Amino acid sequence: MTCAVAAHLPDGRLHLQQGPIDLVIEAFGTAREVEHAYAQAMEGFGDILPGLVGELPALRQPVGETYPSLRGPVARRMAEAVWPHRAVYITPMAAVAGAVADEVLAALVRGRALDKAYVNDGGDIAVHLAPGHQLRAGIVADLQAPQLSGFATLHHDRPVRGIATSGCGGRSFSLGIADSTTVLAATAAAADAAATLIANAVNVDTPAVRRQPACELDPDSDLGELAVTVAVGDLPPALVVEALDRGLLEARRLRLCGMIDSAALSLQGHWRIESGGTAFARREAE
Amino acid sequence: MSDDISLTEAERTAGIVRCDACPVLCRIRPGRAGACDRYANEEGRLVRVDPLVLLAKPDVARVAFVEGGGAWRGELGKGEGAFVTGIGATTTYPDYKPAPFIVSSKHDGVDMVTVVTEGIFSYCGVKVKIDTDRYLGPEQAAVRVKGEAVGHVTTAEYGSQMLSLGGVHHLTGGSKKEGVVTCDALLALCNREAVELSIDGGSTVVVQAERPPIVNGVAEERMRVGCGSAAIGMFAPQWHGHVDEVIVVDDHITGVLSEHQGGAFLDMKPAGIRVRGRRSTPGRYFQVAEPGLGWGGTDVSDPLEIIDRIDPKQAWPGLRLLMVSTTGEHSAWFELDQDLKPQAAPMPPPVRLVVERIAENCEPALCTVLFMAGAGGSLRAGVTENPVRLTRSVRETLTKVTLGGAPAFVWPGGGITLMVDVARMPERSFGYVPTPALVAPIEFTLRADDYAALGGYSSRTVTLEEAIAHAGHVRLGRDER
Repeated sequence: MTCAVAAHLPDGRLHLQQGPIDLVIEAFGTAREVEHAYAQAMEGFGDILPGLVGELPALRQPVGETYPSLRGPVARRMAEAVWPHRAVYITPMAAVAGAVADEVLAALVRGRALDKAYVNDGGDIAVHLAPGHQLRAGIVADLQAPQLSGFATLHHDRPVRGIATSGCGGRSFSLGIADSTTVLAATAAAADAAATLIANAVNVDTPAVRRQPACELDPDSDLGELAVTVAVGDLPPALVVEALDRGLLEARRLRLCGMIDSAALSLQGHWRIESGGTAFARREAE
Repeated sequence: MSDDISLTEAERTAGIVRCDACPVLCRIRPGRAGACDRYANEEGRLVRVDPLVLLAKPDVARVAFVEGGGAWRGELGKGEGAFVTGIGATTTYPDYKPAPFIVSSKHDGVDMVTVVTEGIFSYCGVKVKIDTDRYLGPEQAAVRVKGEAVGHVTTAEYGSQMLSLGGVHHLTGGSKKEGVVTCDALLALCNREAVELSIDGGSTVVVQAERPPIVNGVAEERMRVGCGSAAIGMFAPQWHGHVDEVIVVDDHITGVLSEHQGGAFLDMKPAGIRVRGRRSTPGRYFQVAEPGLGWGGTDVSDPLEIIDRIDPKQAWPGLRLLMVSTTGEHSAWFELDQDLKPQAAPMPPPVRLVVERIAENCEPALCTVLFMAGAGGSLRAGVTENPVRLTRSVRETLTKVTLGGAPAFVWPGGGITLMVDVARMPERSFGYVPTPALVAPIEFTLRADDYAALGGYSSRTVTLEEAIAHAGHVRLGRDER
């Protein structure tokens, strides 16, 4: 078995990795505080993956009538994040990356005096901001041709502490066809779960989209027999608009329910932004 | 191994592979990657898809596998010039299963096997050689980083001060902070970064592999040409006729030309200038001053301080005296006046030339960092089912040990205790685990038949081409579109 590995990236950020968990962490503050914070993040990191694996069968079950009974701190964050969405098919795994980011961020900042900090778990980001501080996060819509599509600025006096991006290019399967769905929410786990749902909603029925049961691709997938998107061909503009508008509707529903702050959806170069006049800004040159 | 990770017959038929690199234990279908995107199923084999580091690029120092003879220059690939290193190979811990890469290749018609892994070294440290005669601190003094003891000053060598840092007592035997600071310092030194070390009762020195040491804020330029006595021996004939006396100031052995064998050989007249300290043999003096940051590693800033007395029976007015340090960095020219008092005077050009030649003959002062570690039981188990045979094979030099492609010196005696120059390894070869312990690449190379004989995992062997093909992958599994 591989054990947890920690390394300092050349620019000083902390890199923690075990199995599928891959975190890039940066804290801002005095050197002493940052050093302590990194040590705190490392301390409990090695327990996270084994803890999750211990409860994996339960975490792969869709949430339904009863609140999932889970022991681990990350597992509990996952359950909390997906519970509001139980009307649709969703398992706690929809929030795993965000929940890990939230948990490690909590360990990082506990008792420390940091200006700001973030834990980036493969695009799902938990953020800490002290009064007066802000953080700019870039958004990359297309993982195949990575370039900055836009950015979000998070302020201390706004409630957003989590960012998540879901879409076809990522590690997890999507039922939808969005290139990317970026969500700002109160926690990374909440953003993660919501981004999954919004990305699933960006959808349209057309032969240009190839789908396959998830279990045929990954026998362990929590999506079982559900058809996940395998490939998306070029779509006529009308279908792009239709798919994005469906996603936008879902994003608006979640925002009005108070579950997210805002969302940005992209598909084949087109964008939709759902926000109550808050933090999202789009880069001018799209 | 428990039953729950074995695959069903149907899964096996479908080509599914169970990845046991981490506790998630993904079942991976052919052509796809596991949850981590690091391991993938390629035609029924579990492969690592992170790039391995291959020593094929011209900017990476490639080193000989087999020393001497010009036989094998490390090329394993057919014309590829590639040698698979352990960097990025990953490891398993504890090593109950074969190392991640066991690579076979042919060389001169002989099948060779290289077992490639990354080792977690709980017992490890660095030996640091610092080319300076400046006083760094007393032997056995603690060497500290951020106030934590990370090692000690050890036996000085010719022209160099030596530090021994790390080791299991600092890594895991002391406080948690001591372990973390030690691990950080070792990692930085091994990855050729600069680390500031402060020595109890001595100096602060910034050490970086392949760079000059910076002692108390001053970068060391040159290594001394030799001790004071050696300098006399080397340059005596060139001074002859231009001087009546030369004193080469050195913290170790100060040389006095007219008394020295080198001067006697040139029929030089005794000059009657007595230096302080303890005479060892004619013209060679120990302890002419305290160690320090002045002339020749002493605490002397005015060289005349080391002159005890001038004997009027032997010295004479007008006597020409050169005082010079062992690096040529410091020099002064004196002539004795009527009262036999040394008076500073302009140095004649022929003498200046020899002083410059001393400097010219000094090698650049560098810090060198040797990683030293023991390849223990479990690491060896990743190579063979019968670990002691690997040890014996290494001992009999049937198996070559390299770290990141750099040849390792293996200590005689039991175990596989090795040393390697980190500067010969590719950049950023080292990592760490929070234990704390360092992670370093390690490769064992031997003949395929020898490998089989020592109980190796011959069935796990892949060809070099396969290993290179896998290493060339930049993440599988998400490029269907």
